[in-house]
Amino acid sequence: MFQAAIERAGLSDIAAKVDRGERLTFDDGVRLYESPAIHVVGALANQVRERHNGNVTYWVRNQHINYTNICNKSCLFCSFYAAPRDAERGYVLSVDEVAEKVRAYLDIPITEIHVVGGVNPKLPYAYYLDLCRAIKAVRPRATLKAFTMIEIEQIARAGRRGVAEALEDLRAAGLDMLPGGGAEVFSERVHQELFWAKADSLRWIEIARTAHQLGLRSNATLLYGHVEQTPEKVDHLLRLRELQDETGGIQSFIPLSFHPEQTALDHLPPPTGLQDLREIAVARLMLDNVPHIKSFWIMNTIQVTQTALWYGADDTDGTIQEYEITRDPIHDRRQVLTSAELERLIREAGREPVERDALYRPVVCEAAA
Amino acid sequence: MSAIADIAAKVRAGERLSADDGRRLFAHPNLTELGQLAHEVRLRRNPEPVVTYVVGRNINYTNVCWVQCSFCAFYRLPSDTSGEAYTLDEAAIYQKIDELVGVGDGAGQVELLLQGGLNPKLKIDWYEGLFERITARYPQAWLHALSVTEIVYIAKLSKLSVRETIARLHAAGLGSIPGAGAEILDDRVRQVIAPHKETTDEWLECMRTAHELGLRSSATMMYGSTDTTEERLQHLLRLRALQDETGGFTAFIPWSFQPDDTPLGEQLGYARASGFDYLRTVAVSRLLLDNFDHLQASWVTQGPKLAQIALHFGVDDFGSTMLEENVVSAAGTSYTECMPLAEMRRLIEDAGFTPRRRTTLYEPVEELAAA
Repeated sequence: MFQAAIERAGLSDIAAKVDRGERLTFDDGVRLYESPAIHVVGALANQVRERHNGNVTYWVRNQHINYTNICNKSCLFCSFYAAPRDAERGYVLSVDEVAEKVRAYLDIPITEIHVVGGVNPKLPYAYYLDLCRAIKAVRPRATLKAFTMIEIEQIARAGRRGVAEALEDLRAAGLDMLPGGGAEVFSERVHQELFWAKADSLRWIEIARTAHQLGLRSNATLLYGHVEQTPEKVDHLLRLRELQDETGGIQSFIPLSFHPEQTALDHLPPPTGLQDLREIAVARLMLDNVPHIKSFWIMNTIQVTQTALWYGADDTDGTIQEYEITRDPIHDRRQVLTSAELERLIREAGREPVERDALYRPVVCEAAA
Repeated sequence: MSAIADIAAKVRAGERLSADDGRRLFAHPNLTELGQLAHEVRLRRNPEPVVTYVVGRNINYTNVCWVQCSFCAFYRLPSDTSGEAYTLDEAAIYQKIDELVGVGDGAGQVELLLQGGLNPKLKIDWYEGLFERITARYPQAWLHALSVTEIVYIAKLSKLSVRETIARLHAAGLGSIPGAGAEILDDRVRQVIAPHKETTDEWLECMRTAHELGLRSSATMMYGSTDTTEERLQHLLRLRALQDETGGFTAFIPWSFQPDDTPLGEQLGYARASGFDYLRTVAVSRLLLDNFDHLQASWVTQGPKLAQIALHFGVDDFGSTMLEENVVSAAGTSYTECMPLAEMRRLIEDAGFTPRRRTTLYEPVEELAAA
């Protein structure tokens, strides 16, 4: 089906490597990003996707909790944060309020609770541990996936501890794994331009490595569609691949589609649908050692996510309660999908939906609270 | 080996696909394969790396309509007492045209998509007068106006044949006819969603007559309500057969039913056809409609991301800049704000094509100042 098209696209050598399961190089990555032949790149990515995950598409019943929006990092791509002095917009959920949010969905068999927030210098070390304990107390069987590498750094600082020690404490309090956010783009140029106050790529990777070495798994992300350049993205993917060779701790990679609205970068146009597909496909091809590529529908739309199931993605994220970080730019409302809708959309795209828990174990019957 | 390798071979040899091929394509989920084939056909038919668009606007001259289609949230009945029923007077219409002419460079052709409800007060002389005055006043405006449904009704109301009606409207300035009102060209579906509209045969016959009189038209398909895949397939095959006969269709435009605030939407639980369904439908349409020159994206119903992806699924035209849209907006489409021309051009360029402004009949328009 694709042989002539692959030749016309000048990608025969890469296709041959993909066939043989050979690792792709930096130059291959750049060429894949720059190829206009989206179906060729997609078909190659699909080959890898089916090798890793067959016809299965994963989804999860999850709940998002954003415990605070107060943040001292002032990242230019963020519309969520409130500066520490912004009394009007800033909020912190108390441990009880978080527990209440978890309790509110006890009638839904949620298996994953995703907790992230701003870097709020006022929160004490004990708050984070109490948060984990409280969530686990209400919903002991759900996997607690909490705190980006950036927050982990802050938590360790608040506790005057090393990262490893803080991670151990958090794990003892109920933390099961780490989300992949805060990686942004592993480029010092972009770091200086957009998120200078935050941990840089070396630090992000170091914290992730520490977590993995302690046996905590994590996800990884790439925020695209702002000022980053193609070689920077390829470099980002290769550095994650290297980390994964070393630790094997990355469970899924999630390309995040930038939302400029209401950020300091709102003069930039949003990423296009074709770019969304390309990011998924190139990631699938370059990250040969990461088991899952997630298309996060909240950020790239459910339509693109459904399409992406043929361009390298095997995971759609999930039903998502209470996501606050970006909003549906058109309706300005919260975004949720029912499990039935998600399953129908996956099945319609010719894939087999499998409900997973946070560690990609299939959920067989209804998960308990 | 792909499950559609034999169909791919036919497509690549330029052979016509059968109904059964269409059935298999509609059941084939691999989007990269469908997209690849559709894009190859698109590049064969329109080899230039160009995506066209037209500068235009909708003017919905009246929302008074007695037909009560269950998928429509736009109409008000002739007996309406809510104060929401309207018919625009000529001054209001001219004002809207002035706004449109101001968007272009003032010179190139602009498209006026003039459509409305079936208003029992408006007979042919109302349209004739309006069309004559618009074309005299705005030589650069192209009247891409009415629909089969309106034409059939104007004929009935004015006690004329459809042929006479079209001929008179043509003489008064009608340039071409939008393909709207086709919905699904299958009488079972029409009976459910638009029982008072013309039948499938009447729709096709009206288009045949228009084409015979030298008027060209587009063709649409509104899928995703109660239609089955088989009914969509029959729709495409009926269009293909008429196109073999007349060659009068300029383009095909599929779009999905927008359920909000409509009785049909309520009946169907407000289910919306998906993005996957759109891309597959576009690709299969490109493969089956081998005698259509152009496929148009529907960014109003699909949004900018999907509409742009469709440029690699057989679509070669981005449609109208559409300064104003009232009908699907009333039914809750998410994308009603007009798309700035600069954004449309960016999406086209990002997809690897050069944007080019065109006339309604797909002739290039020299764009002096790209907005």
